Amino acid sequence: MNRRAHGLSWRAVRVWQRNLDVWKRGWKINFLPPLLEPIFTILAFGAGLGAMIGSVTYRGQDYGYVQFIIPAIISISMMYSSFFETSYASFVRMYYQKTFDAMMTTPLSAYDVIAGELLWGATKPVFYTSILLCVVSVMDLFVGGPPFLHYPDSLLLLPFCVVPGIAVACTGMVCTALVPHIEDFNIPFFLFVTPMFLFSGTFFPLDQLPDWVGIVAQAFPLTHTVRIARAATLGRLEAGLFLSLLFLAVWTLVFGWLALRLMRRRLLGTNLPG
Amino acid sequence: MRDVNAPVVRARNLTKRYGPFLAVDHIDFDIRPGECFGLLGPNGAGKSTTIKMLHCFFPPSEGELSLFGLPAETHAREIKARMGVCGQEPSLDPDLSVLQNLVVFARYFNNTGREARRRAEQLLAFISLSHKKNAPIVSLSGGMKRRLQIARALLSDPQLVILDEPTTGLDPQSRHQVWDRISHLKMEGKTILLTTHYMDEAETLCDRLLIMDHGKILEEGTPPELIARHVGGWVIEIVHPTLEVRAWLSERGLAFEETSARAVLHPPDAEALFHALRQRFPGCSCSLRRATLEDVFLKLTGRELRE
Ligand SMILES: Nc1ncnc2c1ncn2[C@@H]1O[C@H](COP(=O)(O)OP(=O)(O)O)[C@@H](O)[C@H]1O
Ligand SMILES: [Mg+2]
Repeated sequence: MNRRAHGLSWRAVRVWQRNLDVWKRGWKINFLPPLLEPIFTILAFGAGLGAMIGSVTYRGQDYGYVQFIIPAIISISMMYSSFFETSYASFVRMYYQKTFDAMMTTPLSAYDVIAGELLWGATKPVFYTSILLCVVSVMDLFVGGPPFLHYPDSLLLLPFCVVPGIAVACTGMVCTALVPHIEDFNIPFFLFVTPMFLFSGTFFPLDQLPDWVGIVAQAFPLTHTVRIARAATLGRLEAGLFLSLLFLAVWTLVFGWLALRLMRRRLLGTNLPG
Repeated sequence: MRDVNAPVVRARNLTKRYGPFLAVDHIDFDIRPGECFGLLGPNGAGKSTTIKMLHCFFPPSEGELSLFGLPAETHAREIKARMGVCGQEPSLDPDLSVLQNLVVFARYFNNTGREARRRAEQLLAFISLSHKKNAPIVSLSGGMKRRLQIARALLSDPQLVILDEPTTGLDPQSRHQVWDRISHLKMEGKTILLTTHYMDEAETLCDRLLIMDHGKILEEGTPPELIARHVGGWVIEIVHPTLEVRAWLSERGLAFEETSARAVLHPPDAEALFHALRQRFPGCSCSLRRATLEDVFLKLTGRELRE
């Protein structure tokens, strides 16, 4: 394959721009889920469950339950927003709308199209994280006790969110390259997203589970995302977190490579049997 | 300096396999600058597959392909920048308005800002859709959508315009509108590659035709050449020919294509034969008409159903 003719180029940005334009068209509605979903979750888990649980010990210190789960809720919304984008949303553009076929009649290559979608998938968490930071900061104004968001460390979540964003976007795109039908996204949700949601040190510390669960959980990108996010919101950043960042980077390299390869094959229709 | 008469498309031994299946089977053809080149063939003939190789969607499995004198393998981006493609399947962006569809698409060609917008508005006027510029795609009729998809293929002011079945499924008014726009493009001197299932369309619009089936080229030539070569000037059609009529025809050594309802003949001296036939069988319902491209097509590709 000739790289200059068919490889990856800066034109991927044009695909990202197209998605941004579509997002802006419906921004009033697109704004609501990131605003409301986490508020509901914080209310249900925080006020409901938090009253029963009281405090949680994290790295040798006690924290309120809401304080403990807020970084997890922010991390989960990073994961969901990017996974949803490159799974269901990309699939619809590819399969039903033929958007990618049309793009590929222009100077864009298949790799440009895929990379543009991945970039967009990594951008979605930026909207979600910024809205959540605002919402929780407002809550901090009204709720007494230790703050939910420790500043300025919590501001690091904004640049940071694109890291799990791209890692998870690549994973979603690999699924899009492989699922025969749109209903089949149930499988990666059931096998990947939901276990991560529950067992990534999100709603309870990992050391309360059997050892092997904690070890398996180290293979989840969400575990490392929550670890970094929690250290930031609680003001406990430390050098050891670089390992988690490294994990997410390696995950992105592996799944990014797979996403480009497998998705290109699917777009060109050369992975059909017979 | 490059030869102005050099072919816009040059394909040699062009071949595409889907797995073991040969969809395009070692075909050779040239498309010359400024001509409207028609690619005809029944469903599954390999037209769309050929077109996808031309717009560098996928590489040929075998053979040589160059466009504008550039090899497709190494110059896909340059080639695609100089052509506009209206694919067979609808691919307008339902998430964007009519005008946005054009403006966003122009950006893929790196045309941005006021100039891109001006070109988009101009094309909307060209396809009589200016009044719909802020409408969502779902609100357009089938004909409007097709016109918009054709306009989208013209955004980069391409030298070569590829239209894969641009009138399939349209009502007669919309078809005529599309024909009118295509004629206009011809007058502007654009090279056009067109596929269609409507032989009247091919006969009026195309300067040169290529008929293919099962991935192979069956014939090539101008519409009048093909008609003269294969069916002559006139055709006799006999509805429900009786056994006597058939016997009479066979006696004279006249070959005819037959379906359950009719026999079709392309005899050399059709007029004389027609009168003889009418005299011999006054009750026979038969007609004499000018031969068309459809007669050539059916003669070459057979009358049985495809798919
Ligand atoms: N992606 C594909 N994978 C496998 N077979 C295909 C694919 N696309 C087309 N074909 C087959 O190749 C043949 C030619 O198809 P196509 O080029 O679309 O024909 P046409 O456009 O002339 O109707 C058909 O038999 C079709 O079923
Ligand atoms: Mg076709």
